[in-house]
Amino acid sequence: MSALIKVENVSKSYKRDSFEIPVLNNLSLSVDEGEFIALMGPSGSGKTTLLNLIAGIDKPSEGKIFVNETEVSSLNESALAKWRASNIGFVFQFYNLIPVLTAFENVELPLLLTHLSKSERKEHVETALNVVSLSDRMDHYPKQLSGGQEQRVAIARAVVTDPLVLVADEPTGDLDKNSADEILILLERLNKEFKKTVVMVTHDPHAAETAHLIRHLDKGELV
Amino acid sequence: MKILKLIFRNTFRHKLRTFLTILGIAIAVIAFGLMRTVVSAWYAGVDASSANRLITRQAVSFIFPLPYSYRDKIARINGVEKVTYANWFQGVYIDKNQFFPRLAVDADTYLDVYPEFLLSKKELDTFKKERNSCVIGADIAKQYKLKLGDVMTIDGDIYPGTWEFVVRGIYKPKFKSTDATQMLFHWKYLDETMKKSSPGRAGKIGWFIVKIKDPNQSAEISSEIDGLFKNSTAETKSETERAFQQGFLASTSAIITAMNFISFVIIGIIMLVLGNTMIMSARERTREYAVMKTLGFSGKHLIWLIMGESLLISIIGGGIGLLFVFPIVAGFAEVIPKGFFPIFRIVPITIILSASLAILIGIASAIFPIQRALKTKIVDGFRFVG
Repeated sequence: MSALIKVENVSKSYKRDSFEIPVLNNLSLSVDEGEFIALMGPSGSGKTTLLNLIAGIDKPSEGKIFVNETEVSSLNESALAKWRASNIGFVFQFYNLIPVLTAFENVELPLLLTHLSKSERKEHVETALNVVSLSDRMDHYPKQLSGGQEQRVAIARAVVTDPLVLVADEPTGDLDKNSADEILILLERLNKEFKKTVVMVTHDPHAAETAHLIRHLDKGELV
Repeated sequence: MKILKLIFRNTFRHKLRTFLTILGIAIAVIAFGLMRTVVSAWYAGVDASSANRLITRQAVSFIFPLPYSYRDKIARINGVEKVTYANWFQGVYIDKNQFFPRLAVDADTYLDVYPEFLLSKKELDTFKKERNSCVIGADIAKQYKLKLGDVMTIDGDIYPGTWEFVVRGIYKPKFKSTDATQMLFHWKYLDETMKKSSPGRAGKIGWFIVKIKDPNQSAEISSEIDGLFKNSTAETKSETERAFQQGFLASTSAIITAMNFISFVIIGIIMLVLGNTMIMSARERTREYAVMKTLGFSGKHLIWLIMGESLLISIIGGGIGLLFVFPIVAGFAEVIPKGFFPIFRIVPITIILSASLAILIGIASAIFPIQRALKTKIVDGFRFVG
């Protein structure tokens, strides 16, 4: 298998007032296509920052990041937005669904940036909601869904554009055990059945067990 | 279409807040429209003035009369087409609150110089023939339910006595800007009475109205008229009708300026109200904007979302305001004395200005929230706790 994601000597620091806070320190990582990797580590170890850099929602202070041979770290904001739309699917800890849109409309949101027709969009959304077993709740608003169902809608939104990589930041962090297990099974299915490369950040060793590979971070370095 | 749907749903996410903001904008537009209508009513006389009419009055002040004998001398000046005259009569009709202009005029020529007062030939002929007749504007006839043949009794103040006039004509305004609240009667009727009761006041008129052939000659003719009576006991000041009307307004210019200023202050205040609403809305949605950026939505999309919401609120508020300003102005016009603001109606420029300002408020109020939404990095947006 070839490396889909290559993180090369990446450092990242944040400026808070006059302080420079280092988060990642000369870190390198490679993730193969079709891999399911879990990033673990204590709070402040830099795992979410690394995930954000891979997903192209933040830029490294130093080093390079390649995803499917595109140097993500060199793209400007506008190019990054387009790249993210077609290559990355996001799953957040707190679901981050738009409350005024139904499940269907939330899943449809990323497709509005494509050239798909209304009927094609409908087909894609129904397929995605079917994958997460929520076909019967597509007209429900987020407040009418349970936490687990909301997260499944968020996963459907993440996969509806058929992205190369699925990044998940503590996807089970806000859920009870049963709902968390359902989400992990779903992510595993997306990896195995739909060949999605999954990068997941988690605190939970049980959740991390779902991944093929677990990498630990501490103080901005892989250990 | 989906973005429009999202704009619409975002707008009504906080129904009470949106409703109050829309109400605020509607009230502001009504207040603005009403104030602009008052200002334009003030200028109605200026707007209705004709370019080919000059006004010749006493040089010291408008309140001093001029000798009637000036008329023929003015009429002989080259470029003068017709000369007529008028005299402010005032008096009290019913009670002192019933104000409208009551003028003693030259019945033979006055309406020739004011063709915008439309009167049938029959009524004009009857008016000319009967010394104690009068002609009234359609608005006055409507307000006091007067018809042809009715008698109007006026208690004289400037010219003491009880004066009775028979209504022999009701003129209609030719243009929307034409004053239909005047009462005109024979100056000769007034003069004859003065000859008997106060001979010293006889043979005097208030001002001449000089119709000229070429408006471009107004300066030369004015100068020539005034030159005729230089060093006389009653020197004249001649000017265009527009300048004459503007001279009247000069004394009240501070009030008009204040009203103009206040009308724009109202717009400024409501801009701050909508701006505050938009800032709150955008602040609450910081995480949502971060999510949208993450999904690939660009700054352009966020601009549309925020600007669209702001514009939707301001357009709905402005629309409601414009819808209500018409009946409110009409109601106001009914309440105020007819002669106080002879032309009290919403002019097109007020509508255009109100609508444009509502849109401008929508755009301006969105600028700061847009700037903030665009500047906030995705990672900071996710960390934001509203």
